[in-house]
Amino acid sequence: MKPLRRFLDKQKPKFEKGGKLYRFHSFFEAMDTFLFVQNKTTRKGSHIRDNVDMKRAMIVVIIALFPAFLFGMWNIGYQHFLSTGEDADFFRQVLFGAVKLIPILVVTYVSGLTIEIVFAQIRRHEVNEGFFVTGFLIPLIVPPDTPLWMVAIATAFAVLIGKEVFGGTGMNIMNPALLTRAFLFFAYPGSMSGDVVWIAEKADAYSGATPLAQVASGDTSSMASLSDMFFGFIPGSIGETSTAAILIGALILIITGIGSLRIMVSVFAGGFLMGLLLNAVAVNPYMELPAHYHLVMGGFAFGAVFMATDPVTAAQTGLGKIIFGFLIGVFAVLIRVLNPAYPEGMMLAILLFNVFAPLIDHYVVAANVRRRIRRAKIKINS
Amino acid sequence: MSKRIILRKGLNIRLKGEAEKSFGNITTSDYYAIKPTDFIGITPKMLVKEGDAVKAGSPVFFSKGNEEILFSSPVSGVIEEVSRGAKRRIECIRIKADREISYIDFGKADPLSLSREQVTEKLLNSGLWPMLRQRPYHVVANPTDKPKSIFVSGFDSSPLAPDYDFIVHGNGDAFQAGLNAMSRLTSGKIHLNVNNDLPGSKVFTNSKNVTINHISGPHPAGNVGVQIHHIDPINKGDLVWFVSAFDLITIGKLFLEGKYEASRLIALTGSEVLHPRYYKVLMGTCIKSIVENNIKEGNHRYISGNVLTGDAITNNGFLGFYHNQITVIPEGDKFEFLGWSLPGIKKYSASRTFLSGILPAKAYKIDTNFHGGVRAFVFSGQYEKYVPMDILPVYLLKSILAEDIELMENLGIYEVAEEDFALCEFACTSKIEVQEILRKGLDLMKKEMS
Repeated sequence: MKPLRRFLDKQKPKFEKGGKLYRFHSFFEAMDTFLFVQNKTTRKGSHIRDNVDMKRAMIVVIIALFPAFLFGMWNIGYQHFLSTGEDADFFRQVLFGAVKLIPILVVTYVSGLTIEIVFAQIRRHEVNEGFFVTGFLIPLIVPPDTPLWMVAIATAFAVLIGKEVFGGTGMNIMNPALLTRAFLFFAYPGSMSGDVVWIAEKADAYSGATPLAQVASGDTSSMASLSDMFFGFIPGSIGETSTAAILIGALILIITGIGSLRIMVSVFAGGFLMGLLLNAVAVNPYMELPAHYHLVMGGFAFGAVFMATDPVTAAQTGLGKIIFGFLIGVFAVLIRVLNPAYPEGMMLAILLFNVFAPLIDHYVVAANVRRRIRRAKIKINS
Repeated sequence: MSKRIILRKGLNIRLKGEAEKSFGNITTSDYYAIKPTDFIGITPKMLVKEGDAVKAGSPVFFSKGNEEILFSSPVSGVIEEVSRGAKRRIECIRIKADREISYIDFGKADPLSLSREQVTEKLLNSGLWPMLRQRPYHVVANPTDKPKSIFVSGFDSSPLAPDYDFIVHGNGDAFQAGLNAMSRLTSGKIHLNVNNDLPGSKVFTNSKNVTINHISGPHPAGNVGVQIHHIDPINKGDLVWFVSAFDLITIGKLFLEGKYEASRLIALTGSEVLHPRYYKVLMGTCIKSIVENNIKEGNHRYISGNVLTGDAITNNGFLGFYHNQITVIPEGDKFEFLGWSLPGIKKYSASRTFLSGILPAKAYKIDTNFHGGVRAFVFSGQYEKYVPMDILPVYLLKSILAEDIELMENLGIYEVAEEDFALCEFACTSKIEVQEILRKGLDLMKKEMS
């Protein structure tokens, strides 16, 4: 790799201050740090630094997303051929899915990274890696038939209004990927809900309703079986259907310590307990739905593992994370069951508690301060 | 009452190059230095000039802020150079030592028969006073203050740290004399905190007039700040002093022998040392004779102190006033192709994102590479794992960045110092300069309170 290093070293001066291509220096820096861990050494403080950096942490999240990504790719094809009644082998299913999914992925990255790089350039800092994950999440939470121009606009909205106006990665209040989804949901309701969008190029005669839509309409008899929903052989947003694939990702996040176990467990606990509570006071078929069904339907598992755990927008304190996750679980199920306008409550629940996370943390921090003051008082009194 | 404290948070970074328990033979160095930069917040005023002759214990400079606090030469010889850095700040006073060291006689005395004022005066005159430091702020203690207690940590938990049992061995009398001197300085307790995970040193277990606490857990359990937090926490307005166990021996010798006897056992450690072991030297020694012929080939970082908090020096630099360890690790000024994406079986990480987290090796060679670029705070819960105190490190650091004095106070800035957060800096994914930020906060707080 020496020739490549030599090439980069030769180009570097052009991108430095006063160089001809200075206006592209953020882009150059992003490429350079992507290709090589730099030769920068410590100056003061700790002389040694952990090998982990933002790039490493982000690549771990992307690896964790891969099972859901691959399953989603196959499932697009599987659902399509199921609706048309055509007999297609595994490779045709995957190929069909790839043709749908890869363009969405490319459009997301191009749209989002362009904005990221422009902003890094304006703010004169390095390009943050946050969007690598956001850009990988977005294709997984949109319906397979989402038009590409919508994906581009929604991504641009989320990165600009959701993130950059607050100061970029680490400063945003709401999860940018979910904001993309929310933008699509509210801006283009016609193409984002109903029974049409969940299967790519669906044959007209086929129902194509997601389990959430079926149960919302009171029709629990034709709903997919629990195991189908767990393994994900159902229509839905691209990456959300297979709870099994998502749990593999969860395991990767937990083993590496990148994802918060506290949040994941408390979201599931919150959703399950709310489901039980609704069972106890049930007056309609949706409320009677067994509590564990909620955890495998719709985007619940995906939201719990990949969305609620976004470290920037979640609560930051240990206790705060538990409260934050629990409330997300509770509200996701509550919105699903009791609000007929929104078939899926997970997105709204997470966005809502993204907003409340600082408040939750505020009280945890205040408790810490109170403990310290009380300690001082005890001393004076004794 | 003595306490038993079990700490769960923290991290022992397993570095290569632990010192074996034997002494290396070296010729005593001819050069010594006293570095005003070792003393945080002290502005030196020189008492000698280049060419002056000094004895061991002769004052070299005093603190501009408190003229009583003197800083003395550890050896007798001639002041060879006073080197200055930016803005003419005095950085290093180099002394060429005599063959035979002659001492100033401060007079023998039993500290228990002396008054507080007499003990204080003896420590100030001899230049040993700066060994006493205080929390909050982690700075040299003020002789007119009365601390509520004095802490002595009986072990160092930082990476490759010298074994205290080994370095204090046989110095029981001096250690006890030092403790007796401390007992004059406070009406409160003197806490000696020993490592519960290791067999106790006789010097510590036999000592009297002291409360012995047992502490177990990973680094930073040996940090005095962590110990104070659990044993006698600092509230607003409180003052706790601390002194290291090896400095206490030097203080003890002052009373037993009447002189500034600057000998100290230090450990030469680190992956780049051929034979890591202990050396008997004098404080402020030039490290050249120690590291010569005992270092592997290559470009290295020489550190006075440990890898987390020590100072970078050169291979003929000088040992810091508070240090009893030299660490030599490789410089990491190399590019690595796609280094962040490799499996990393040999790459140590506290995060388990590399294969080394699943298949751990016994010890690692870690260089000084930064391993990434500086980012905003992104990951939460990371710092908390390494701070075994009821303190929220990220909130405290953010309050410092916002210069919110009241919030800093409320979040417990009085209880911490750089060394307590050093592991956070090591493990930080965002590569934030945690220790620098904290020092800024401590300086700001100190200025605000004075």
